[in-house]
Amino acid sequence: MSIVTLNVNGTTHEVDVDPSTPLLYVLRNDLGLKGPRFGCGLGQCGTCTVLIDGVAMRSCVMRTSQARGEITTLEGLSKNGNLDPLQQAWIDEQVPQCGFCHNGQLLNARALLDRNPDPSDAEIREAMDGTLCRCMTYYRIQAAIKRAARSTMAAAQGSPTESTEAQVKGAAE
Amino acid sequence: MSTTLKLPKAMEDALHRINPSASRRDFLRASGALVVSAGFSAIPGARAIAAVAGTGLYPDPDFLQLDTWIVIHPDNTATFFVGKTDGGQGTGTAFRQMMSDELDIAYDKTSLIMGRTDITPDQGGSGGSDAIERDGLPMRRVAAEARRVLLEMAAEQLGAPVAQLKVKNATVTVSSDPARSVTYAELVGGKRFDVKLAGGNVDATGGMADIKPVDDLQYVGQSLQRYDIPAKVDGSLTWAVDVKLPGMVHARNVRPPVAGAALRGIDESSVADIPGFIRVVSRGNYVAVICEREEQAIRAAQQLKAEWAPPADAPFPASEELFDYIRGATPTSSSDPEIEGDPDAAFAGADRVIEAEYDVPFQGHTAIGPAHALADPSDGQMTIYSNDMKSYGLRNGVAEFLGIPREQVRVIYMDGPQVYGRTAADDAGFEAAFLAHELGRPVRIQWTRDEETAWDTKGPAYSFSLRGGLDARGRVVALEYDARAVDYNHVGYNEADTVLIAQLMGRRPAEPARGNAATPAVMYAIPNRRTNSQVVALPMVWETPLRTGNLRDPNGPQVTFAYESFIDELATAARADPVQFRLDLLAGSNEDDVFRRARSIAVVRAAAKAYNWDERPSPRSRDANRRQTSGQSGAGPEESPILTGRGISYTFRSRTIAAAIAEVEVNRQTGHVWVKRLVCAHDCGLVINPEGLQRTIECGMLHALSRALWEEVQFDREKVTSVDWLSHPSLRHSDTPETIDVVLVNGDPDPDRSDLAPYGAGEASHKPLIAAVANAIHDATGVRLRRPPFRKERVLAALRAAEV
Ligand code: FES
Ligand code: FES
Repeated sequence: MSIVTLNVNGTTHEVDVDPSTPLLYVLRNDLGLKGPRFGCGLGQCGTCTVLIDGVAMRSCVMRTSQARGEITTLEGLSKNGNLDPLQQAWIDEQVPQCGFCHNGQLLNARALLDRNPDPSDAEIREAMDGTLCRCMTYYRIQAAIKRAARSTMAAAQGSPTESTEAQVKGAAE
Repeated sequence: MSTTLKLPKAMEDALHRINPSASRRDFLRASGALVVSAGFSAIPGARAIAAVAGTGLYPDPDFLQLDTWIVIHPDNTATFFVGKTDGGQGTGTAFRQMMSDELDIAYDKTSLIMGRTDITPDQGGSGGSDAIERDGLPMRRVAAEARRVLLEMAAEQLGAPVAQLKVKNATVTVSSDPARSVTYAELVGGKRFDVKLAGGNVDATGGMADIKPVDDLQYVGQSLQRYDIPAKVDGSLTWAVDVKLPGMVHARNVRPPVAGAALRGIDESSVADIPGFIRVVSRGNYVAVICEREEQAIRAAQQLKAEWAPPADAPFPASEELFDYIRGATPTSSSDPEIEGDPDAAFAGADRVIEAEYDVPFQGHTAIGPAHALADPSDGQMTIYSNDMKSYGLRNGVAEFLGIPREQVRVIYMDGPQVYGRTAADDAGFEAAFLAHELGRPVRIQWTRDEETAWDTKGPAYSFSLRGGLDARGRVVALEYDARAVDYNHVGYNEADTVLIAQLMGRRPAEPARGNAATPAVMYAIPNRRTNSQVVALPMVWETPLRTGNLRDPNGPQVTFAYESFIDELATAARADPVQFRLDLLAGSNEDDVFRRARSIAVVRAAAKAYNWDERPSPRSRDANRRQTSGQSGAGPEESPILTGRGISYTFRSRTIAAAIAEVEVNRQTGHVWVKRLVCAHDCGLVINPEGLQRTIECGMLHALSRALWEEVQFDREKVTSVDWLSHPSLRHSDTPETIDVVLVNGDPDPDRSDLAPYGAGEASHKPLIAAVANAIHDATGVRLRRPPFRKERVLAALRAAEV
């Protein structure tokens, strides 16, 4: 065991762990985060994704001691109490089924839009390809990424976003 | 060692909001009712409250008490308690819509608790797509009864007869004098209804009130957003995998290295040096390691030295040998042939006889998150935090397995990765309970990826032989269907003697389950028919990773693949358009009590219309294909490797009708298949939430597309070799169709009738899809693929063999 310092969602933590422990377990079990989840432990599915300095990384195959930089988990995606445009698009499009994979879907989509604010269909498919969903919500994920890209660009240009329209329906508790 | 964790306040609040059981407990205590102990004990602090409230015993919630289903709070909101679970298809939202309508309360003033065996009535959990169709009815009747009772109370309070009252948003008003009103909360908020319901079983539960006619439903039919989605996208939801308890430890299973291996010995010293190591627990061939921390348990499971003796005989043939094995095996059971007309004479007199064989491999659930559960044995009770879709069965099964009274066991159902039948036999729940019972500490178990892919329950493999006779005009005069399913010893629902841990411990029932080989679900009029179905067994029946269990309409996709592929083959032989051929077969059949014939015709027509289907026989002519694709790509007529085609398939699942159309692009140089467009027409009667339904239909289709294009459990003669996402690929983003159209059909002959019933929708769209893809590939290429998955190597080999 040794002390490892982690910067997660804007807060610095010191944890006393075996530094070879995959980051996933430290985030979940020591820091109590619920966004990154175990899906394969092999780097194959994306369920455990976190952003490190904006890059989507698979925390199940990363040693905690390697996790240098600012870590953002799903919990840290909203800013100042406002949902990330992707999270809003996910609600507007009613994307998830079980939702278990959507930590990875959202964070990989965030990393994509940060690199490429207006991706084509082909670019979305390529960038998201390694992030698996066994409920097969892919079609709506892709629609939601496009919706978020549009609303972000529209907001940047000062015109109203289309994502407000869906708020009226139903009552999220 | 910090394995416990205080949940952040915001999460605690969020949990409390969606699990307001603490207030229910307080309410019950305040009203002097039998105290239901322990609210959400995962929340530190809540346990202390629970201890005050009383611990240990969890009697069955009485489904004949209105209070078990509905609580009106002092703030004029309501909580509904139902014995169901929601695998992410939005059934929870639909339950709230239905119950809000019947109770006459605003939807957003309600909340819902599902599947908690200590505080929700036992409706069996989920399965068979009958959440809305069957289990929604008692919910509606009970909510209607609550409304009736509240109106009677209001009549007394307001001094006006019920007939002169109206009710809206949980407020009762005198029609003639709106100033006189009383809220539900003023009538019963924080108090018990204490109203006895009627009904010989939970499905029949109801009171004196009738449910509302369709026209009076306000929320039913609206696309309300699912209440569970925000917490799933902002990271605030606490899933079953997230629960942490004081003193909790981590377990991992150690499975036999080859199927049927017997444990000879364990060298515990091989893991004794691992920090945090607590214990190896083994019984029979079941082995688990337990450590303080999760990563320690992972390491211990990998490092443990155990000696295993392989079985004397191969447990199963290799996956490439499977279908020869199935065809050559002696069945364990055969159903009596169903015979209509005189098939032998009809075949003898037929103008042409067509025959074909189809095979479907084992396909697994392979949930994105492997099996998991947390069991807490403190205070002489056993609480299991689980995503078991049939939480009540888990409770009963665990009590029996551990030999403790069921009143000491409760299951707290929480969200988890997709279920689709997997958690109907919740292996991890039993394992966690067993280990916690042994250790006397809360134990969380988590299966690994390879364990889940190799050892989860499988959809049965099938071999089919079909034979059809056409007359000179191309009409089907005879059809013979033979199905063989590898389904012997199909695992039951959370049975204490068939879950995996029981099998590995050598605890098993006297007789394996008989299993099932299914027959087609179509409304076709074929005058002479013989239908045979047989079950076969693999050599190793127990402790096998090739256990069959329920996978999203357990037999439907396999059977419909074979049958609807064969109908297409007959249409091709008859040179008929595949849609018209089906409509002709439907036209002559008899109607049934839920109008499945009329609704089938409406659905097939609606799919064809939505697709803009052009009437012609399949396959598409090579010239037409070249013209179109070269026109699209701008390349010369010989250059485009892409062949396009479309295929239809139709079936029903129980009372719900579905027709799917797939449009494919097949690359004849690589064999790669892309399903570019999907259409589903779907009639499930009364629609509760159109958008939620549409999503479920889309995902049901894509789940089957994954089975059509990718999924196959592979194994050698010792073990399953499909162990991860490389050796067991699944549908990916790049496979997603460009367009998916869902058409919600109401094909009832009296579509506006006031008692239109809702039918199940979790599986129907999943069922016809594999056949639609196979039919589309045939339309594009002229090559008939009779065994999924249609991975490119298999497609290319077939194209080469046919010189396409
Ligand atoms: S859990 Fe990390 S990629 Fe699958
Ligand atoms: S929504 Fe269930 S795995 Fe993606």
